Amino acid sequence: MKNRWRVLENKIFVRWLSIVSIITMILLLVFFLTLLISSWPAIKANGFGFLWGKTWDPVANHFGMLPFLVGTLITSFLSLLISAPFSIAAALFLGEYYPKGLVPNIFRNVIELLAAIPSVVYGFWGLYTVAPLVSKIEMKLHMPAPGVGIFTASIVLSIMLIPYSVSLIRQVISMTPTSLKEAAYALGSTRAEVITKVIIPTNISGISAGFLLSLGRALGETMAVTILIGNSPEIPHNIFSPSYTMASVIANEFTEAVGNIYLSTLIEVGLLLFVVTTIINIIGRMIIKKVSY
Amino acid sequence: MTPYDIQGLQGRRVKDRIFTSLVWGLTFSCLAVVFIILFYIFEKGIGSLNWAIFSQNPKPVGENGGGMLNAIVGSLMVVSIAAILAIPVGVSVGIYLAENRGRKLSDRIALAVDVLQGIPSIVIGIVIYVWIVKPTGKFSSYSGSIALAIMMLPPIIKNTEETLILIPTTLKEASLALGASYFRTTMKVMLPAGIGGIFSGCIIGIARIAGEVAPLLFTAFGNPALNFNILKPVDTIPKVIFTYASSPYDDWHRIAWGGSVILVSFIILLNTIIKIFESRWKVQF
Amino acid sequence: MKTSIFKTLAFAGTALVIGLSSCGNGGDKTTDANAANDADKQILGAGATFPYPLYSKMFSEYGKTSGIQTNYQSIGSGGGVKQIMNKTVDFGASDAFLSDADIAAMPAPVVEFPTCLGADVISYNLPGNPELKLTPEIIAGIFLRNITKWNDKKIAAENPGVSLPDMDISVAHRTDGSGTTFIFTDYLSKISDDWKTKIGAGKSVNWPEGELGGKGNEGVAGMIKQTPGTIGYIELAYAIQNNMSYAQVKNAAGNYIKPTIQSTSLCANGDIPADTRISITNSNVDQAYPISSFTWIILYKEQNYNNRSKDKATNLVKELWWMIHEGQAQTAPLNYAPLPPKAVTAAEAVLKSITFGGQPILQ
Repeated sequence: MKNRWRVLENKIFVRWLSIVSIITMILLLVFFLTLLISSWPAIKANGFGFLWGKTWDPVANHFGMLPFLVGTLITSFLSLLISAPFSIAAALFLGEYYPKGLVPNIFRNVIELLAAIPSVVYGFWGLYTVAPLVSKIEMKLHMPAPGVGIFTASIVLSIMLIPYSVSLIRQVISMTPTSLKEAAYALGSTRAEVITKVIIPTNISGISAGFLLSLGRALGETMAVTILIGNSPEIPHNIFSPSYTMASVIANEFTEAVGNIYLSTLIEVGLLLFVVTTIINIIGRMIIKKVSY
Repeated sequence: MTPYDIQGLQGRRVKDRIFTSLVWGLTFSCLAVVFIILFYIFEKGIGSLNWAIFSQNPKPVGENGGGMLNAIVGSLMVVSIAAILAIPVGVSVGIYLAENRGRKLSDRIALAVDVLQGIPSIVIGIVIYVWIVKPTGKFSSYSGSIALAIMMLPPIIKNTEETLILIPTTLKEASLALGASYFRTTMKVMLPAGIGGIFSGCIIGIARIAGEVAPLLFTAFGNPALNFNILKPVDTIPKVIFTYASSPYDDWHRIAWGGSVILVSFIILLNTIIKIFESRWKVQF
Repeated sequence: MKTSIFKTLAFAGTALVIGLSSCGNGGDKTTDANAANDADKQILGAGATFPYPLYSKMFSEYGKTSGIQTNYQSIGSGGGVKQIMNKTVDFGASDAFLSDADIAAMPAPVVEFPTCLGADVISYNLPGNPELKLTPEIIAGIFLRNITKWNDKKIAAENPGVSLPDMDISVAHRTDGSGTTFIFTDYLSKISDDWKTKIGAGKSVNWPEGELGGKGNEGVAGMIKQTPGTIGYIELAYAIQNNMSYAQVKNAAGNYIKPTIQSTSLCANGDIPADTRISITNSNVDQAYPISSFTWIILYKEQNYNNRSKDKATNLVKELWWMIHEGQAQTAPLNYAPLPPKAVTAAEAVLKSITFGGQPILQ
C-alpha cells in the first residue's frame, strides 16, 4: 500500500514538473494570443495606417500611434546613448581593471542599489530634482520651460538602465580569454590599447546584446517615464519637447478608455510593445548565450 | 620626439592615462549618482515619516495628516499572495530545467523564461485585465497578485536551476541508489542542499515586484480604506506614491516621500539578505 | 515522514486551488454571513476628479454615521463612464452628462443626477502671483497656442499695472478623459468659432501641439504648481487648497468675475430638465462665472444585476440621497456650490425612479 502510494506520488511529481514547465513556456504564446484577440477589433478598424497616423483623437475614434512610436524610440535611444559611456566604463572598471577584491565588490553592490529603487520613485525623484534643472536650461534657451519632456525622461531612464547594462556587459567582458589579453600585453600594448583593440572588438556582439537588452527594458519602462515625459501625443520638435510613450499612454488611458475600439486600440499598442520587446529579448538572449559558450 | 620614443611611446602612455582616468571618472560618477539619489530620498523621506503614516488611512482630499496604512497592508497582501502563487511553480520549473539540461524542450523553456523577464510589466497588466478583471467585472487584489506572480517567476526559476546544477550528481545518485524515489530525492536531498540559492531567487523575485505599479493600475486598482479581502480592490505603496507624486498637495508629497523611503529600505533590506545568503549558503562541494 | 508529504502536497494544492479559483467567476460566492454583510456595506465608485475633494469628504463623513465604506477612485470622468458601462463599479461619476451615444452604448438603462456645482478656474504659476483678468478671446488664444508669451499685448491690455514676465507660456491640459476638459472645451466652443471648428468640445480632444498633459485635476494642478510659466484649467477647490492663483474671467454680460461659490451658483438659476442633462457654461446672468457646471453621478436604473443584494442597492441609493440633502452642508467649506432647490427636486425624482427587481428602492 505504502509502496503504491510512493510510486503514485512520484508519478504525480514528474507530471507536475513537466506540466508547469510547459505552461510557463506557452505563457508567452498565450499572452500573444490574448493580446491579438482583444485588439482584433482595433486592428480591423484602424488598419495599417494606425502605425503612421499622426492624430490621436479618442473622441472621433481616430487613432494613429506615430507620436507614441516616435516618443518611445527617441526616449529609449537617447537614454541608451546617455548611459552607454557610464555603463561601459563601470563594466570595464569592474570586469577588467579590478575584477576582484573588497573595494570593487562594494562598488558593484553600490551600483546594483540603483536597481533597488522602484520606477515610480525614480519618477518622483526626477520630478523634484531633474525637472527643475532642465526647466532652468530651457529658460536660458528661451523656450517654454515646463521641465518635463523627452530630455528629463531620458536622463532618469538612463540612470535606471545603468545597473542592468553594467551587469550584462561586465559579464561579457570578464569572459575575454586571458590568453588573448596576455598576447596583446606581450606585444607591448598599453591597457587602453588592449581594451580598445582586443577586449571590445572580441566582445562586440556580446556588448551589443547587452545594450539591446537594455533597450528592450527602456522601451517598456512605464511609471518613471509617465511622470516625466509630459504626456503630449504629438511628434516632438526637439529633445526638450513634451512627448508620450507607448507604455505611458496605456498607463494613463486604459482605465478610462470608453468604447470598444478605444480600449482595443490601447491593447493593440500593448501588443506592439509585446512583439517588439519579445523579438529584442530573443535576439539579445541568443547572442549572449552564443558568446558565453 | 626623443630618440627613445619608439613608435610614439610617450603619446601612447598619455593616451592610456587619459583612458584610465576616463574609466575611473565615469565609474565614480555612477557611484556619485547612487549616493545623490539615495541621499535625496532618505533626506526627504525620513523627515516625512511619522507614526500616522503607519497607523492611519488617508484623510479626505486637502486635509493634512493621515497615512498609508491601507497601502502598506495592501502591498503586503498583494506581494505575499503573489509569492505563494509563484514560488511552487517557479521552483518546479527550475527543477525541471536542472534535470533536463541539454534537451531541446528545456532550452526552449529557458529561452521563454528569459524573454518573460523582458516583457514590460504594463503588458502583463493588460493580459490579466483581459483574463480576470473583464470577465469577473471586478477589480481585485488577487488579480494584481497574479500579474505580479508572473513577473516573479523568471528569477525564481533561474536561481533554482542554477543552484541545482551546482549540486554534485553523486549526491543525487547516492540517494537514488538507496531506493529513494525521484520525488523523495528531490524533496529530501536536492532542495535542502540548494535551499540558499532557491531562497535568494524568491527574495530577488519579491524585490522585483515590491515596487511595481504598472500591472496593478487596472487590476488591484485602489482603495482608501483598509481591506483584507483578496476579492476587493486594494491600494499599494507604489500606487499611492504615483498618485501623490503628481498631485499639487504638499502633504501628499510628504506622505509619498515617506512611502518611498519605506519601499526603498524594504527592497535594500531584501538585497542585503540575498547577499548574506549568497555568501553563507552558497552551494560548495 | 508522512506529515511532510502532506505539507508539500497541501502547499502545492493550496496554490493550485487559489490559482484555479481565481481564474473563474466562482470566487465571489463565499457566503459567510458576516462577509456578505460587509460586502453590502462597501460601495465602489469611480470617475470625475473635479468633485473628488468634495466626494472624499462626503463619503468620509457619511461613513462615520452609517458604517458604509465608500471607495471612490478619481480616475477621470471618461473612466467613470467606462467603468459603469463595464459594471465594474457601483456608480460612476462624470462632470459631463452622458451623450446620447454613451446612453445608447450602456448595456442597461442608466440614470444620472447632479450632486453639486463647481467652477473650472484658469490657474497659472507666475512670479508674484498676480490676479489676472482674462477675456474669452485671450483664453482661447492661449489654449490654441496663438498667444505664447506672458507679456503678450493682449494680456497686458486687460491687466494694466501687472508686471508680466517675458516668459513662454506652457499650457497644461488633461490626458485622461475628463469632465473638467468637457466643461472647459464646451465653454471655449461657445465663445470661440475658431476653437469650435479646430478643436471642438469633448471629454478628451485633439489638443494643439506643444502642450503638456497631466493625469486628473491633481496632475494638472501639480504641473502648474511645479513649474513657473504654466497655465491650465482645474477645479476651484484644487486651486484654493493649494494656494494657487487663478484668473477673473469676463462673462457673457461683459463683467470680470472671480470664481466663487456665489458666482458659480448664479449659473444654475434656470430650469432643470427631468433627465438633469443641462450645460450651464457661458451663462448670461450678470454676475455669473462663465466656466461652471454641475457634476453628475451615474448608476443603473435597475439595481438587480451581477448578483447584487438588495441591501447593497438600498445602501447605495440611501447614500446618494444623503449626498443631495444633508451632504450638501459639505459643499461650501470646500468651495463647491450647493445644488439649487430645483436641481434637488429633479435629483430626488431620479433617485426615486431607481428599482430593485422592478420595485422602487425608496418608498
